[in-house]
Amino acid sequence: MASGETKVMKYEPVIGLEVHIELNTKTKMFCRCNADYFGKEPNTSTCPVCLGLPGALPFINQQAIEDCIKIGLALNCSINEKSYFERKNYFYPDLAKGFQTSQLVLPIAIGGWIEVEDAQGKLTKIRINRAHQEEDTGKLTHRDGQTFIDYNRSSVPLVEVVTEPDFTDTFQIKDYAKKLQQIFRYLDVSNADMERGDMRLEANISVRPVGQTTLPNYRVELKNINSFRFMAQAVEYEIARQIEAHEKGEKLVQETRGWNEDKRVTYVQRSKEEAHDYRYFPEPDLPILKMSATLINEMTKAVDTAKEKDPVKVAEKLVSTGMSLASGASIARNPIKLAIFNEVQKEKSVLDMDWKDFGNFIANREINEENINLVPELTKKQLSDFQSRKSGLISNSKELEALAQEVIDENPGMVDIYKSGKTTVVMALVGGVMGKSGGKADPGKVKAILERLLG
Amino acid sequence: MDITDLTLTQTIKALENKQFTEAELNSAYQKRIGQVNSSLNAFLEVIDTNSGIPVGIKDIISTKGIKTTAGSKILSSYIPQYNATVIDRLIAQNVSIIGKANNDEFAMGSSGENSAYGPTKNPWDLTRVPGGSSSGSAAAVAANMCVFSLGTDTGGSIRQPASFCGVVGLKPSYGRVSRYGAMSMASSLDQIGPLTKSVADARLVLDWISGPDEYDSNCIKKRLTTNDSRFTKSLKGLRVGVPKEYFGVGLDPEVERVIKAAIKQLADLGAELAEVSLPHTEYAVATYYIIMASEVSSNLARFDAIRFGSDRGDFGAEVKRRIMLGTFSLSSGYYDAYFTKAARVRTLIKQDFEKAFEKCDVIVGPVSPTVAWKLGEKVDDPLKMYLMDVYTVPPSLAGIPGLSVPCGFADGMPVGLHLLGKYMDEDTILSVGEVYEQATKWHQEKPKL
Repeated sequence: MASGETKVMKYEPVIGLEVHIELNTKTKMFCRCNADYFGKEPNTSTCPVCLGLPGALPFINQQAIEDCIKIGLALNCSINEKSYFERKNYFYPDLAKGFQTSQLVLPIAIGGWIEVEDAQGKLTKIRINRAHQEEDTGKLTHRDGQTFIDYNRSSVPLVEVVTEPDFTDTFQIKDYAKKLQQIFRYLDVSNADMERGDMRLEANISVRPVGQTTLPNYRVELKNINSFRFMAQAVEYEIARQIEAHEKGEKLVQETRGWNEDKRVTYVQRSKEEAHDYRYFPEPDLPILKMSATLINEMTKAVDTAKEKDPVKVAEKLVSTGMSLASGASIARNPIKLAIFNEVQKEKSVLDMDWKDFGNFIANREINEENINLVPELTKKQLSDFQSRKSGLISNSKELEALAQEVIDENPGMVDIYKSGKTTVVMALVGGVMGKSGGKADPGKVKAILERLLG
Repeated sequence: MDITDLTLTQTIKALENKQFTEAELNSAYQKRIGQVNSSLNAFLEVIDTNSGIPVGIKDIISTKGIKTTAGSKILSSYIPQYNATVIDRLIAQNVSIIGKANNDEFAMGSSGENSAYGPTKNPWDLTRVPGGSSSGSAAAVAANMCVFSLGTDTGGSIRQPASFCGVVGLKPSYGRVSRYGAMSMASSLDQIGPLTKSVADARLVLDWISGPDEYDSNCIKKRLTTNDSRFTKSLKGLRVGVPKEYFGVGLDPEVERVIKAAIKQLADLGAELAEVSLPHTEYAVATYYIIMASEVSSNLARFDAIRFGSDRGDFGAEVKRRIMLGTFSLSSGYYDAYFTKAARVRTLIKQDFEKAFEKCDVIVGPVSPTVAWKLGEKVDDPLKMYLMDVYTVPPSLAGIPGLSVPCGFADGMPVGLHLLGKYMDEDTILSVGEVYEQATKWHQEKPKL
């Protein structure tokens, strides 16, 4: 059999992602029903259009189109001047019209990219193939051997973002999903809540020998997996399974697989032979969408404004108030802490606040509350905690100045180094003062005093 | 005076002049329906009205609380929860629905024989078909069972039965009338339009039912206008295009004689005749049957017996045939050869008309190559039946308006003159029709039932 010297073939995964995002528009994609179905009595937010009653016709929700354009722009896509809807024909009991109104040939946005981090912290550009507009289906519930259909979700706007097969590990996938979620939130187009199904992931996976540049002649689609964690597990499992199959010389085939949580394995849901022929054709009931330059300009401006809410941008802004990079990043990612910080900044009475200290203080606090409505109360509490901690400090400048002078007198060597230009040595002197004060001095203030005394 | 002989405009005037009451009007029509419906099978459902102007509605148009079957067994117990836009607009004009008119199942057919509820008979000869698919709508107007009716026209379904039954039938431009509530057959072709006792009535009903509707995205925003300088007595200054392709093989010589006489009459009224060419006419039927069937296969997918209706096995043979044809045309591997190609030919057909209309204001010709045929004559030969649509299908593909006006008789059966107008120019074909009917009175001929 094979000797130890046999060259071992190495494999790499090729992964593409499809993400569905449910938009948070007021009304549905093709009718005027309330699109917020969450927690509603079944079939109370329906009309002839989203029930697919005979004779009912669709009309386009302009807000959804604008949201889709924004998503495209935020993902560095170009927006097609002309775009149209198509019908994706298939049967399923939750599909009221017998087809889903979607897009194929001319989607709203095409050809973008986004940078994601891999396990080593290296940034890679993932190409975005498209962002297109479509609609959700109804929801099936199986109970006591019966199936119930709720059409409240039928025709709620969905945007599908499809990447090229550019992912090579699950770390990138998690980072991608996290970044998309942030984008949808700062654009305010979706709550992007995985648990509620606002954001759904599908992965197309195959593996190929390292060095091969062409795509494998098969791919496995992982579907109906409703959490980041399970998706990552399923992808990992699938990569291992496919590599093993390759090594055994087995032929891999095109199929759709799901994730069995209990057994922690993927399993076949649909084989290639059972694949649908969706018979896409242009939706004759809807006019062609024409994107004017004015509209695209308007959307570009809106995206630029929204980007100010991008956590990276927000963190930069926070750091400029004096807090550390780590504190800034931490607050930027926590909407409650960010709200508290912003709230305090609005207060006139705290004008002489030490923002650096306060920022670091908030960043390190444990705040588990998630209800944004409680921010005013939380703010009051955090502010008083911060101030009472502060009150223990020596705030008398004269007292601090005396301690500083003492330290200067005791360390003539360091003073010389400082005066020779190596000003960073001042931190050692700050440490001295802190020691003398028993930790009750404000390091920022001490530093300022020392610098003044040293001239 | 027989109240049921009156046109819509005459009826409105008579009501205003208090010559009779709305109750008397309705009871006259109820009585007439009672006398003739059993032999004609024009109405599937008769509603007990005693006020308003009684009209017939093709049973493919949704009427809230009134059973709407589309002539299909699949919807034998379907009662819509909403009114089509046209129904709400008619109700606002004091119109009441007296009957739901029989039709070929889901508007698929040219003879009325594809209804799951039995064929409608032609009031001029009970052994003949009334045409289709708006079979009941045409027969009911011809037999004075209602003041006017609404039909739908996808490839000739208003104009051809109007021609066969000797009434006026108008297919408006695509986008002129909201389709909301008319069960879709082929979405890019379907239009709702009136079948009436006079051209003036067709103009009035079109005015009532047309106009922008935010429930049909393809409905145009502009309202119908009536040109003050339109033709009223003579046709002096009108350029009439006669397409040579509409007078070829297959056109019955008797029908041709009647049509030619009607065209001569237009010339006598002052119109200037010009030969025009519509070179892609020969591809129109094939193109139509691909595009229409493709859209049918998708539009009828919602009939899955989950929210309404019964099992798909209850579809009739013609409906099944078109679903299969359309599914095939859209299938991967065949899509380009069939659907895409048909869509391209459709553009050429549209351009044929645009070019022809550079030389004329209206185009005239026959509605159908023959008069109404015998019941059962073509049921076993779908292709023969499809070829009967040769003159009505091209304007449908082009989206332009078409009017059928009674213009004489061949073998004792009515013949309709087909007047085609430019896109969104119903005004001109209607005024030409009005001048023609003033001069000829063919529309006053009534079947002896």
